[in-house]
Amino acid sequence: MTADGIRQAILEIIQDILPDEDLDSLAPDKTFREQINLDSMDFLDIVMELRKRYSIEVPEKDYPNLATMDSSVGYLLPKMERL
Amino acid sequence: MVDLARVVITGVGLAAPNGDNLSQFRESLLAGRSGVEWFETRYMPQVPAGVCHFDQYRYQTKKAARRGTRAGSISIYCANEAIKDAGMDIANARRDRMGVFIGITEHGNVETENEVYNLGKYNNDIRFWTHHHNPRTVANNPAGEVTLNMNITGPHLCLGAACAAGNLGIIYGTQMLRLGEVDVAIAGGVSESIHTFGIFASFKAQGALATHDDPTKASRPFDKDRNGIVVAEGGCLYTLERLDDALRRGAKIYGEIAGYAYNSDATDFVLPNPQRQAECMKLAIERAKMTPDDIDIVSSHGTGTNQGDQYECMAIQEVFGGHKAAGVNNTKSYIGHAMGAAGALELAGNLPSFDDGLIHPTINIDNLDPECQIDNLVIGFPKKVEKVDVILNNSFGMLGVNSALIVKRFVN
Repeated sequence: MTADGIRQAILEIIQDILPDEDLDSLAPDKTFREQINLDSMDFLDIVMELRKRYSIEVPEKDYPNLATMDSSVGYLLPKMERL
Repeated sequence: MVDLARVVITGVGLAAPNGDNLSQFRESLLAGRSGVEWFETRYMPQVPAGVCHFDQYRYQTKKAARRGTRAGSISIYCANEAIKDAGMDIANARRDRMGVFIGITEHGNVETENEVYNLGKYNNDIRFWTHHHNPRTVANNPAGEVTLNMNITGPHLCLGAACAAGNLGIIYGTQMLRLGEVDVAIAGGVSESIHTFGIFASFKAQGALATHDDPTKASRPFDKDRNGIVVAEGGCLYTLERLDDALRRGAKIYGEIAGYAYNSDATDFVLPNPQRQAECMKLAIERAKMTPDDIDIVSSHGTGTNQGDQYECMAIQEVFGGHKAAGVNNTKSYIGHAMGAAGALELAGNLPSFDDGLIHPTINIDNLDPECQIDNLVIGFPKKVEKVDVILNNSFGMLGVNSALIVKRFVN
């Protein structure tokens, strides 16, 4: 999966978790939580969906890597590029 | 004797299989329109069920609906409708003086079943068990979701009282108003039970699940050919206030809580006890300072099971036989058994009779069971009466929980 593909996959997951949010103008370098209504339980949903959809395990110590779109893609690329 | 504050109903919010608000519901009841349809559940052929079609997102975001439960969504819809119907401006209300009291037959089965089913897809690896499980399944979930949605900071809880729970929600709300714990009670009952296959499968195993080629005819209390229960989802929450407060703000008053009683059979897990049911009705009538002659409508509990219907008829006959003969009707014949919502919905269906003088009938009685031959059972067509002043609403449940709630026309 390419960086663009990963970005798209993350957007799809967030859109499913937050169906009311418009994600078109999401800035890639700002944290999700300052831009959309994403709380800690929603964040755990992202982790769960990565596990369910892509068999990716994100250990708790790595959660800060999923703060922004850019950091998420950077973190997930080595894990997902062979998918 | 304690001088208890008078409590009145000033708002109704409901989701029924055949109506999304009181006027639609009443119209369906007077037109004989069923809300029962075929419904998909797991592991079984389609079942007849009462299914609601209200707009879930009228008062709730999609995110909140996804995170919460069906019972929560039904409760949020009904609570918002009840407060709106009462003419209250929720934004400027004393929300620390409001309470939410919701009767439930069960809660958590739907969510647990879904998770166990999903976990099976992942080889029962518990890493795939959702973190939403606990907040979805705590017993106060439906009432708690209402407080989150409406920013109500007074007390909330759910009352587990099997299928008597709808009445119990209203009774508890009344008690909380009389204790001065709240100024406004949002109270009644809800059911999400059609979303658990277990409830259908358990009734089937018990020989108490209704079947019929035509789902709209499956729920047939008191009919000779009845063969069990049609499970329904739904909800009905009332805005309750002390009379003084309601009068002060010039509220529309649907009726006044005149009396109630609840007791226990102490007899059996599932079989009812007609003697205890009769005692419950008599106690409610006595507390309302009435006699059976004062009751104009008995809203029966009858679920369509063989023994349950017979027993209730025995109880009604014992209390009302030889008296003026109140009109007896049954709302489950239209919508099925809405479990925790049943008592609250069935009362709501009858409330408009204070204004229109009509008693909606029991439908689907083609051949009245001779064992259910009670005086003045209203069958097939609405009955016009001179005046309806008092409704007695029966609601009974498993483990032998009985309730009778009496609501009277408001007269100052």
